Amino acid sequence: MSPRIEPVPGRVPGRDPGTAGIGPVPSATPAATPAAAPQAATPAIGLATRDYNLFYGTHQALKSVTIAMPANSVTAIIGPSGCGKSTLLRSFNRMNDLILGVRIEGTVQVADMNVFASGTDVVELRRRVGMVFQRPNPFPKSIFENVVFGLRMLGLKDRVELVARGEDALRRAALWEEVKDRLSASALQLSGGQQQRLCIARCLAVEPDVILMDEPASALDPTATARIEELILDLKARYTIAVVTHNMQQAARISDQTAFMLSGSLIEFDDTRRLFTSPRERLTEDYITGRFG
Amino acid sequence: MERHFEQDLDALKEQLLLMGGRAESVVQKSIRALERRDAALAREVFADDHIIDRQEIEVEERCIRLLALQQPLARDLRFITAALKISNDLERVGDHAVNIAGSALRLSEEPELKPLVDIPRMEVLATAMLREALDNFVRQDSESARRLVRRDDEVDNLNRQVFRELISFMVEDPKTISRALELILVARNLERVADLATNIAEEVVFIAEARIIKHHAEDVDFGRT
Repeated sequence: MSPRIEPVPGRVPGRDPGTAGIGPVPSATPAATPAAAPQAATPAIGLATRDYNLFYGTHQALKSVTIAMPANSVTAIIGPSGCGKSTLLRSFNRMNDLILGVRIEGTVQVADMNVFASGTDVVELRRRVGMVFQRPNPFPKSIFENVVFGLRMLGLKDRVELVARGEDALRRAALWEEVKDRLSASALQLSGGQQQRLCIARCLAVEPDVILMDEPASALDPTATARIEELILDLKARYTIAVVTHNMQQAARISDQTAFMLSGSLIEFDDTRRLFTSPRERLTEDYITGRFG
Repeated sequence: MERHFEQDLDALKEQLLLMGGRAESVVQKSIRALERRDAALAREVFADDHIIDRQEIEVEERCIRLLALQQPLARDLRFITAALKISNDLERVGDHAVNIAGSALRLSEEPELKPLVDIPRMEVLATAMLREALDNFVRQDSESARRLVRRDDEVDNLNRQVFRELISFMVEDPKTISRALELILVARNLERVADLATNIAEEVVFIAEARIIKHHAEDVDFGRT
């Protein structure tokens, strides 16, 4: 049985009046924005899996994971190295497809989209599901070309629209004020924290529904980390965010709910305030208090 | 291998036990001073209370340092925040002993009103509750702590009995009023010591089960309020 997935709410118009009303890029598939409004009673589901197994060859990396992350909220995924948290994260935009010998069972959903269904357009999926990595990975291009890179890939050529949507993305990533006078400078001249926000802007420019973050602040100093964390909290009003982190305090600060994984299994998934003060499972307790093994 | 953090938690536990032992003995000492009309013993209580005050500050410093440097979570977090409250409870037990010693000092200068019966019984009950609350804390025994909370009624009943008896003294002979009032205050202070022992037992339940049982909030799951 597949989980009941509520459609995502319609996108909020851009804050900048100049970009308001700009829809998905023309080349995107028509099913990009579901029309139906979500039911008020139950929160819409942003990301979900059901009985999801993933094998790397004979090694089972994910074991019957069933989870439903609410839309427009931040879910933190914690667990020791090798527990499967990054593998789970990468399932939502099918990044694991690139690894040889991967086999999956069960279902993965992004809002109303069945990720592994035969008709799924992977390009459209990856537009809807942006990803930010541990190390900032700007392309060796100008700041502007970085931020509009995805739009160009999707076929948008109109210069005025590229500029407008690039600015909007940079504003949403809280980077605009710092780079507006040097958009043609190389992205590689930015500091690590700025580069990471540029990567987030690049991801926001293509109007995703979901942002996946794999240790987004672990390579940054405390000030840059604080800015990323603030940004994540600002962004959840518009996006569903899933963050893999080794930093328990970070998970506690930024997330609404937290998932604890161990050896490929989802051990506990609960309200963050609850999970870090009074977890239900002994394994969670041992892990977050550092008494593991 | 025991981690440094756990050694720190053990040291914190030990500090609280030392403090609890002193709080218990200072209450006993204040009642002995009252019974024996011993002014010198009553003055010892004042000195002992200063030691408890200093211990409270040491416990607080350790708790704040652990919170700041270790960022404890789950049971550890509950343990340390509970330790802060327990040290405050024990410090107040010391203050109640000081109040009793003050009454003992004043009464030692006046003729004896009556032989003391219920007040020493209250002291035995209250200090036993305090001792058991700390024992439950050490063993993290929340079941026993829950039973302890219910025993508070015995001390409350004795307090009311003392009150009624002393009121009748005052009605019969107004010359007894000041002495009777001192004894009513002593009983009231012992009743508060039992209340503080109850608070400590409630903290034990919070540490062990993450459930809040104080203020008759019957079994509120922490984080679900």
